[in-house]
Amino acid sequence: MRCAGIDLGSRTIEVVIIEDGKVVVSRQTETGFSPVEQAEKLLAGEHCDRLLATGYGRHLFADTYDRKTETVTEIKAVAVGTRFMFSEADLILDIGGQDAKVIALMPGGRVSKFEMNDRCAAGTGKFLELTAMSLGFPLDQLGQEALKAEKELQINSMCAVFAESEVTSLIGRGENRHDIAFGLHRAIANRAVSMLKRFPVAGARIAFIGGVAINPCVCRLLEEELQTALLVPANPQMVGACGAALIAAQAI
Amino acid sequence: MNRDYQKMWLDLGLDLNAHDSLLSSLETGYRDFFLNRKNRPEEMAYLDFVMSEVHGLRIKELLNAKASGRKVIGSFCVFVPEEIVLAADAIMVGLCTGADFAMAEVEKILPRNTCALIKSAFGFKLSKVCPFLEAADLVVGENTCDGKKKAYEQFKQLQPNLYVMDLPQQKTDIGREHLQSEYQRFLTAVEQLTGVEITAERLRHGIDLSNKKRAALARLARLRAADPAPISGLDALLINQVAFYDDPVRFTGAINKLCDELEVRIRNRSGAAPDGAPRILLSGCPMAVPNWKIPWLIEKAGAVVVGEESCVGERGCRNLVAETGTSREELMAAIVDRYFKIDCAVFTPNPERESHIVEMSRALKADGVVHYGLQFCQPYIIESMPLEDRLQKQDINFLRIETDYSMEDVGQLQTRLEAFIEIIS
Repeated sequence: MRCAGIDLGSRTIEVVIIEDGKVVVSRQTETGFSPVEQAEKLLAGEHCDRLLATGYGRHLFADTYDRKTETVTEIKAVAVGTRFMFSEADLILDIGGQDAKVIALMPGGRVSKFEMNDRCAAGTGKFLELTAMSLGFPLDQLGQEALKAEKELQINSMCAVFAESEVTSLIGRGENRHDIAFGLHRAIANRAVSMLKRFPVAGARIAFIGGVAINPCVCRLLEEELQTALLVPANPQMVGACGAALIAAQAI
Repeated sequence: MNRDYQKMWLDLGLDLNAHDSLLSSLETGYRDFFLNRKNRPEEMAYLDFVMSEVHGLRIKELLNAKASGRKVIGSFCVFVPEEIVLAADAIMVGLCTGADFAMAEVEKILPRNTCALIKSAFGFKLSKVCPFLEAADLVVGENTCDGKKKAYEQFKQLQPNLYVMDLPQQKTDIGREHLQSEYQRFLTAVEQLTGVEITAERLRHGIDLSNKKRAALARLARLRAADPAPISGLDALLINQVAFYDDPVRFTGAINKLCDELEVRIRNRSGAAPDGAPRILLSGCPMAVPNWKIPWLIEKAGAVVVGEESCVGERGCRNLVAETGTSREELMAAIVDRYFKIDCAVFTPNPERESHIVEMSRALKADGVVHYGLQFCQPYIIESMPLEDRLQKQDINFLRIETDYSMEDVGQLQTRLEAFIEIIS
């Protein structure tokens, strides 16, 4: 029995196929401007008995790709995916391309409560992407570069648009771009911590997933502020698709 | 909607082009949200008819009544006592505040960060698309939240017949006296406007009409406790919205007839949503026509809304005025008693609201409460935070959302609501 999960996110699409409880396919591509076409390419040539879609593009996909496709929210999908990877996790911090969420799990793994940021991209992957662009760092190097900072600058704005003008004025003041990058990472970490603190965070085992969990500077700052080691999977972007595949498998 | 009313709209001073675009978006919305749905009670046909004629036949009725010497009074709030208006044989109508209109013009007068409901009232006025507002002989504003009270200072420039009623903010003896004196001042203003002396007998008649309307709405609210829910949340919200526009006697009759049908549906276990569909109580800010966004999203995700703890809903129809008094003073005191119980978030503190949400949630067998806060509506949003803690302590699932009238956050809201429904299922 092969069950697939597809996670159509704002920046990337992932497919995971599970057979007999093991991940046999795990693939990723850019979302681009035509998510359904990209998803079709990702699934091309793969047979599966059941497919479950998640992510912000789930309904679009279910409506256009195959009307039989069922959907599940990314909140439930990452809850199941995270527990598969870390059976001890009680809180999930998921920072993706354009949203950030915190999900609390009950002992059995069900979602008990969640918080999501509002309609703007404050404190998300998009914010880091704009930062990398304005500071001239490649996105995949941004975290490493920020860790080279020698002093800490304070960035007040969490809004992707306002932060950019704050960055411009810091550049104009002659500040070092590594220091500015560090300040921006601190801003993201602070925002994530304040979201986490609306939950019982003391003693909790916290999983950090989503594209931003790849960034070593955000991870380090979070671990410092929370004073705990985070559970970060090898590929933090695959958790949603993996969870969707697992839910598909459970339902059969 | 029938377009044979162009001359009437023109005579009222409406901007026909803007009004046409409002009507066509209303028609499209109504078709998608209501007419295309399955399992609606047959008696909803009355509501469909009223909605199809809301700017047509209903306005014609108002103008005919005006021609015969009756007056039309518009209001923005459930604190404006309809009993007094009806006692003077005048007509009360709720005014349009449920859609964004002419926002660029509105934001020349009001700050951007003003709640959508207040902005909407200005949008309808500035773009001349609300026939109710233009037909009104008196428009009543009320000092509830700071946003409204300051905005009325500006609104008065656009609507010279605006009358502002002050309201207490605390449930104390002084607060009650204040409400009583404001209602007395309003009674005098209505008498002056209509030329009718409001006698005890007339007041009793006004109370009787309002009570019967509220009792019909309360009957509908109780029937929604059945599982499967006999009527969708969208249809029930629509009924509560139309309650503000329609002729009270005709409306009461239609709703009682609908309730008779719902009782049969309940006996046959025939629901608007499938058996076992997750049940949600909506709580918070009012939803005026055509603001159907949240119940639409909830019901699209497979749940059913079983109650609205809101001014358009429970707060509007809860509690009747005692009919025991004989003198005008006694009857006025009974009116004050009823309205002073309204648990609007402008009151401080406002503990009744929390216990009533718990009570409603149990009575309607809700699986969860969704708190709907309009962005920048401080009273409700601030109340929603302690509410979340307290309701969770009583094992009531609670989701807080903040939004406005635009559709740009529909994707985000859909994810949140679907995830909440996954949790409570």
